[in-house]
Amino acid sequence: MEFQIETQAAMAPVAGGDDQMLVPMDDVREHLVVVGNGMAGCRAVEELLARDGARYRVTIFGAEPYVNYNRIMLSPVLAGEKTFDDIVINDRAWYDDNDIALIAGDPVTAIDRATKSVTAQSGRTVHYDKLLIATGSDPFIIPVPGKDLPGVISFRDMKDVDTMVAAAGKGGNAVVIGGGLLGLEAAHGLTLRGMKVTVIHLMDTLMERQLDEAAGWLLKSALEGRGQTILTGANTAEIYGEDKVEGVRLKDGREIPASLVVMAVGIRPATALAREAGLEVNRGIKVDDHMVTSDADVLAVGECVEHDGNVYGLVAPLWDMCRSLADGLTDQHTGYKGSVTSTKLKVAGLDVFSAGDFSGGEGCEDIVLRDASRGVYKRVVVKDDKVIGAVLYGDTADGGWYFDLLKRGENVAEMRDLLIFGQAFAQGGGALDPKSAVAALSDDAEICGCNGVSKGQVVACIEQGACSLDAVRTGCKASASCGSCTGLVENLLAVVLGDDVQSGPKTMCKCTSFGHDDVRREIVAQDMRSIPEVMQKLHWSTPDGCSSCRPALNYYLLCALPGVYVDDQQSRFVNERMHANIQKDGTYSVVPRMWGGLTNPRELRAIADVVEKYDAPMVKVTGGQRLDIFGIKKEDLPAVWADLNAAGMVSGHAYGKSLRTVKTCVGSEWCRFGTQDSTGLGVKTERMTWGSWMPHKFKIAVSGCPRNCAEATIKDFGIVCVDSGYELHVGGNGGIHVRVTDLLCKVPTEQEALDYCAAFTQLYREEARYLERTAPWIERVGVEYVKQRIVEDEAGREALRARFLFSQQFMQDDPWAQRAAGANSDLHQHLDPISIAAE
Amino acid sequence: MTDWIDIGTLADIPQRGARTVQIGGEKEIAVFRTGDDQVFALVNECPHKKGPLSQGIVHGHSVACPLHNWNIALQTGEAQGADEGCTPTIAVKEEGGRIWIARPVAMQAAA
Repeated sequence: MEFQIETQAAMAPVAGGDDQMLVPMDDVREHLVVVGNGMAGCRAVEELLARDGARYRVTIFGAEPYVNYNRIMLSPVLAGEKTFDDIVINDRAWYDDNDIALIAGDPVTAIDRATKSVTAQSGRTVHYDKLLIATGSDPFIIPVPGKDLPGVISFRDMKDVDTMVAAAGKGGNAVVIGGGLLGLEAAHGLTLRGMKVTVIHLMDTLMERQLDEAAGWLLKSALEGRGQTILTGANTAEIYGEDKVEGVRLKDGREIPASLVVMAVGIRPATALAREAGLEVNRGIKVDDHMVTSDADVLAVGECVEHDGNVYGLVAPLWDMCRSLADGLTDQHTGYKGSVTSTKLKVAGLDVFSAGDFSGGEGCEDIVLRDASRGVYKRVVVKDDKVIGAVLYGDTADGGWYFDLLKRGENVAEMRDLLIFGQAFAQGGGALDPKSAVAALSDDAEICGCNGVSKGQVVACIEQGACSLDAVRTGCKASASCGSCTGLVENLLAVVLGDDVQSGPKTMCKCTSFGHDDVRREIVAQDMRSIPEVMQKLHWSTPDGCSSCRPALNYYLLCALPGVYVDDQQSRFVNERMHANIQKDGTYSVVPRMWGGLTNPRELRAIADVVEKYDAPMVKVTGGQRLDIFGIKKEDLPAVWADLNAAGMVSGHAYGKSLRTVKTCVGSEWCRFGTQDSTGLGVKTERMTWGSWMPHKFKIAVSGCPRNCAEATIKDFGIVCVDSGYELHVGGNGGIHVRVTDLLCKVPTEQEALDYCAAFTQLYREEARYLERTAPWIERVGVEYVKQRIVEDEAGREALRARFLFSQQFMQDDPWAQRAAGANSDLHQHLDPISIAAE
Repeated sequence: MTDWIDIGTLADIPQRGARTVQIGGEKEIAVFRTGDDQVFALVNECPHKKGPLSQGIVHGHSVACPLHNWNIALQTGEAQGADEGCTPTIAVKEEGGRIWIARPVAMQAAA
């Protein structure tokens, strides 16, 4: 498709110029030369023509051999939904009708501002009176080995689309590097054309510039459902292949075979031409409010410019710029004031919208609506009673309305309660009170979609005595599943009962209306796999939780998905993240494990050496029969652990909501009263249970006789040896509220003592609430319940024991050794400032 | 005139986490990255008992101090809720794909 434009009638060489272009001798119009035949360049000309069609003679240079087309519609062309002809904005006739000379397929290579001329690749030189640079953006190519291999392309122009369509014709695997809009559209198009596509994205959230984490997670899940493999947090190391691309290797060593690699990691303003011409260029070509560069006769517009410190990569600002530019060129200066941008798009048929500032911050309030069953997420950010940002996923119908409110800076205080429900609700019928909106619903209106409960049924349930949210959930199932109708049910309670509503069970934290037990039940029932997934499906009201719910969710997922769930370090309290106990001065104390409280010269020497080498100011024997080394700096922790590991010692987990210690007395081996080998059993118990994460800390003790020197009856699990076997005690506590254990049962053999210990520990792990010790847990559920589960239900006990031992396969990996080997080294090192500006 | 110090890239700081940086003999600085990839810097001391804020749980635009769970707003350094106190903030900017903080002279002036 060639559109090389040639001569028109009655031409003569331009006076004094070396132009090859021919113009009528009597044409005295100023010559406007536009470098760039894309959306910005042509739109600027359109705007100019609309204001004054006679003032300028226009020549447009285009690097691509095409007429002006809509670049943002390349995705549907790739997807096979449109053809090139469908996306042409201005066809040949437009250029002809408006007397515009188009020089397509001949990129401008130099600007000479002294002679006011531009030279193209072919050698053609054209004089200008006014020059407009609209070079747009260049795709950013990440500098990895193999980037120049055949089969590695970007996604920017028609040629790239042709390459992708040809590659897809052969089938096979494609890798798209970059999970932004462009990358996802490339991935979608290639998937539709039958390729097996893997998206590699450096950040943890897809489209992180447009979407927050929750919406990004929904998008990722949906794309995975469409057969794509999405790797987030994945860093490309190399593109490999002999004569052409064969695959991509990640920094973590994973290899993904591919016959086509599309690099869509971002775009950069195309400023090379302007820079070489000596124009002022920062991130983009610097322009004033009238799109004039540092040279009064050179203008610039579109993605290549920087205005007031901002560079735009979206289409809407471009229209604003072109208007200001045309106003300036026709001496009606209005001035561009920058643009507020919104993005509304469909990625793989999924609706996504974002606008304004949704990053939160001082004085910002988030209004969040999550409708898990419909896959809808809406977040509106309000500051000083004005909408300042919005993120919508799944249902973007109100995007335009929010954007309008945002741009107009409208005060939304009056409709704040209904804002999130959208325009129809917030402005319809003047029902500004959510209660009256619920009251106005008919009796057969559905309140709970999950369980099919109508308003009439909920009201009947309340009238029959359900005075709380929990009672309604139990009574008629409304709000008992996904919880998205919780607000509606609460409003119905208020409407029916007035002030007699009882508050429900204590919620997990202020971020959710669910209690701990509800959250755990739903994690298992809905097979949830990550913290963002839980927050989405259970309608968290905050973007990323708080310091109460995040550690709890992390534990619940870890417990539900042993070996599968990836621990979130940022949802761990400091001690568990650093695998040491923080002290008031910010240093740490380190407690190596001593199995059953036993030690030996080698371990003691290693501890002594660490104390001296790292200048630890204090060493103390703990209540749990261990040695605690104080005053270690976070930077020194990995080295300390390496030294202790070398002597055979592993983490003592004195810092964790986990098995702490198994305390023992000397038992039958030495003690004249000892009835069984309590130290040996203690060591076995500790070998079985160490490393296990729990709802709270968990302490075990084994005493060799009823004199109970190991104080087993104030431990979470205590074993007291007697002549005829082993008494098992549970739920003791020596803390603020001292609680003596309940006797669980007595077993005849050591193996049974171990089996019951494993089963009890797992029951506690699965059923206690986060940060609930065994003592309050047992007081809540009753010791009879625990006896029934552990003692009477033999099959249940065996299943609990098996689940515990299965989980332990993944837990008993010494975290100190991992850190000493370099894992999470960032947590222990300062950032390294690389350059300090001169004084 | 502010002097800016290049301390690395966004990827050097864990999302919903923090890193520390030491400039000369000045107080340690905590540089936070929030869930939405914004970056803030505070003196690494809680206004309460000087707990190292860099080790706290970052949620929204706040950090919970690891010692006594005071919540500190990252933007202002102000303690949230019923607690009262303020940690000095340090100006941060992202430019050219790198994170820059104002050098400690400015920090002292701010404090």
